[in-house]
Amino acid sequence: MARLTRREFLIATGAAAATAGVPALSRAQGAPGTRGAGARKPGGTLNVLINPEPPVLVSIFQTTGPTLAVSSKVLEGLLAYDFDMRPTPQLATAWSISPDGLRYTFKLRPNVRWHDGQPFTAADVAFSIDLLKAIHPRGHSTFANVTKVETPDPHTAIIQLSKPAPFLLKALSAGESPIVPRHLYASGDPLSNPHNNVPVGTGPFRFKSWTRGASIVYERNPDYWDAGKPYIDALVYKVIPDPAARSAAFETGALDLGGENPVPLTDLPRLTKLPHLVTETRGYRFLEPLSEIDFNLDHPILKDQRVRQAIAHAINPQIVQKTVAYGFADLSPTPITPASPYHDAQLAPYAFDPHAAEALLDAAGKPRGADGVRFRLTHDYLPYGDMYQRQSDYVKSALARVGIDVTVRSQDLPSFLKRVYTDRQFDFTSIGVNTLFDPAVGVQRLYWSKNFRPGVPFSNAPHYSSPQADRLLEAASVELDESRRTDLYKQFQQTVYRDLPILNLVAPRMVTLANRRVHDHTVSAQGLEGNFADVWLSA
Amino acid sequence: MDRRARWQTILRRTAWQALPTVVGIVVLNFFLLKLMPGDAADVIAGESGSATKESMALLRAKFGLDQPLPVQLWNYLEHLAHFSLGYSPRYDMPVMQLILSRLPNTLLLMGVALSLALVVGVALGAVMAHWAGKWPDRVLSVLALLFYSTPGFWIGLLAIILFAVRLGWLPSGGNATIGANLHGLAYAADVAKHVLLPAATLATFFVAIYARITRAAMIEVQRLDFVRTAQAKGLHPWRVTVRHVLRNALMPLTTLVGLHFGTLLGGAAVTETVFNWPGLGRLALDAVLARDFSVLLGVLLLSSLLVIAANVVVDLLQAWLDPRVS
Repeated sequence: MARLTRREFLIATGAAAATAGVPALSRAQGAPGTRGAGARKPGGTLNVLINPEPPVLVSIFQTTGPTLAVSSKVLEGLLAYDFDMRPTPQLATAWSISPDGLRYTFKLRPNVRWHDGQPFTAADVAFSIDLLKAIHPRGHSTFANVTKVETPDPHTAIIQLSKPAPFLLKALSAGESPIVPRHLYASGDPLSNPHNNVPVGTGPFRFKSWTRGASIVYERNPDYWDAGKPYIDALVYKVIPDPAARSAAFETGALDLGGENPVPLTDLPRLTKLPHLVTETRGYRFLEPLSEIDFNLDHPILKDQRVRQAIAHAINPQIVQKTVAYGFADLSPTPITPASPYHDAQLAPYAFDPHAAEALLDAAGKPRGADGVRFRLTHDYLPYGDMYQRQSDYVKSALARVGIDVTVRSQDLPSFLKRVYTDRQFDFTSIGVNTLFDPAVGVQRLYWSKNFRPGVPFSNAPHYSSPQADRLLEAASVELDESRRTDLYKQFQQTVYRDLPILNLVAPRMVTLANRRVHDHTVSAQGLEGNFADVWLSA
Repeated sequence: MDRRARWQTILRRTAWQALPTVVGIVVLNFFLLKLMPGDAADVIAGESGSATKESMALLRAKFGLDQPLPVQLWNYLEHLAHFSLGYSPRYDMPVMQLILSRLPNTLLLMGVALSLALVVGVALGAVMAHWAGKWPDRVLSVLALLFYSTPGFWIGLLAIILFAVRLGWLPSGGNATIGANLHGLAYAADVAKHVLLPAATLATFFVAIYARITRAAMIEVQRLDFVRTAQAKGLHPWRVTVRHVLRNALMPLTTLVGLHFGTLLGGAAVTETVFNWPGLGRLALDAVLARDFSVLLGVLLLSSLLVIAANVVVDLLQAWLDPRVS
């Protein structure tokens, strides 16, 4: 089948723009290194959408998407990442890993100062790694193997591990693992530190003001270590909760930039026809969302593998891709998405075959009753955006054809999370999860039997427990050899593809919408979670 | 009874009724809110897309959600006794500070919208009553019905598309130009530009109600004897309408406006969301979705105080409008 890759998609949207009589996607937004250095113009104010409003401005103990976006402009990480997820310098200028994978040595950038004038040193790094391990929602597992951080001199930090952590080098971005100033965080409870709302960092932008419900304003850091950057004078994040109002703000030019599908996908074709707006789909490697159907394996009917396989045969993933996701998605029948190097491309989606589905249901001892219904189920969907509601409507109609009567149940986000992860009062759900930068961090938690933890959102919701999957996941999480690691993850994908605790459907492709006057907003795998030091505005 | 004594009676009666009402509202709201599934830690974990048992426990301990319910209620009441509204998990700041920063915006929006609705509504109602059954009445009735039955968010969105997107005359949202650093007249003009569309949107529904109420009340008063007397004295018809009919028809209107003052606080949530106006209605709505109970309790408490205050004002106003009321 014809699956659009990201690059092809970019070309395709460019072509569509060209046929619509507007200039094709100009490559002003090109790869780093290909730009003319003289073209960049300093000055100006960039207006960026932020939604929902972040609870705090520092991502040390909260990882809501908006918090990551605003935190990474003020606080930096040790590393940044190119589009292929290869690490590039940020606060660390050089790094090396010992052959046994237990010792990571980072050379730190000299002459870097915090926004309050204090010097940045290795002590800040050691302190931040310890803090991330203690209070960060993912840091607890990411840095679980860290035994200590040595600081032999002010510009060297050495992370010591008890077991290898092949994902560690991908987890050191500014958003994921921010380096916070030790002199401001060492005393008192870090969770209620006032600097969480008035951040002090080393980054290209300084905090200026936060008007709750309206805006967050950052200003240019004139003493930034990368002399000459950032180019823009001010960065304004605008909180706009209403989707239609966001579309209007892009049309009027009140918003210059917004990520993670800033407007409803139904509005996108209309907006991209406007001469001043362009889309970008790169810069989401740290998220890698995946749309799936989670089965409750404790359910008397759904614990039968044949019933789950029947449901898989009754649902057409291409309809999810084309109708539910408006084409902004790649098929992903496995939990490791096609963008990941560990993806198993050999696995095709379960064939769409209602007859096979009916045969499986008959074999499972669930014949149609007098009213044509085999059994009834309730379907819950994640109320985040509108995609999963559309998906659940499709699930209802698709399963009605094979004799399964589905009732779709709506509720708000906290009710949904409590129902599914704490009370476990659900049959099956339409849900999206971020599979993140590495399967050990983003995927393992969904399938590992040791992560069946009622009360913890985005844990092992199906209550899947497979010794084989556990063994493969645990081996891959410490495997240093990339080809062996890939092999382990492929075996894992085949295992869960067969066992089907979760029916994986598509990897939604996130869209960034930008005014043409904004250049170089997406220059790395971090996308809009990068530090915006390179962003410049044309007239 | 002289006027001063009457006012004192009204104030004393209100104070006696208000205190138990407020305590009842707080306790009832607290338990109602706790009936909602999920808490602030769930929401933050949901928006983060990841959590561990440890991070959830840390958040709950920070927000005081790890305590038993009666202890949480006691803590809240103790805070209230010290005139503190508690602490918001979602916004990471004291609730009082949060509400006070939003209150001026909401009062401005409400004030402008309510004044607009009153002036336009009463004027339209008077015109309709004066020409009852004739064509101005028919045309305005249809218009009022249209305003009454059209949802506010739809009117708001169309207003944005017309005045902000197509014509570019007014901003599409917000309450002031961010980072413009304006002062004095320039700032007032900027705020006026921003408040116009949301206030007009919010006012449309109330214009319709006030116009119809005014019309009905005036038609009723028009049949009374003292109006016939006024007409028999040879007064100009408009003087009769304004001085004699309208003044007496304002009684039911003041009652209604008093009630609306309360609903406007929460009822502005939709308009505030569409126009991205940082007010209390939107804060309350966001607080429900974020399970930010202390913020919601604070807004509800404040709203109930405002409703009580509005009722006092209405009582006093009616006593002034109609000396027979005591």
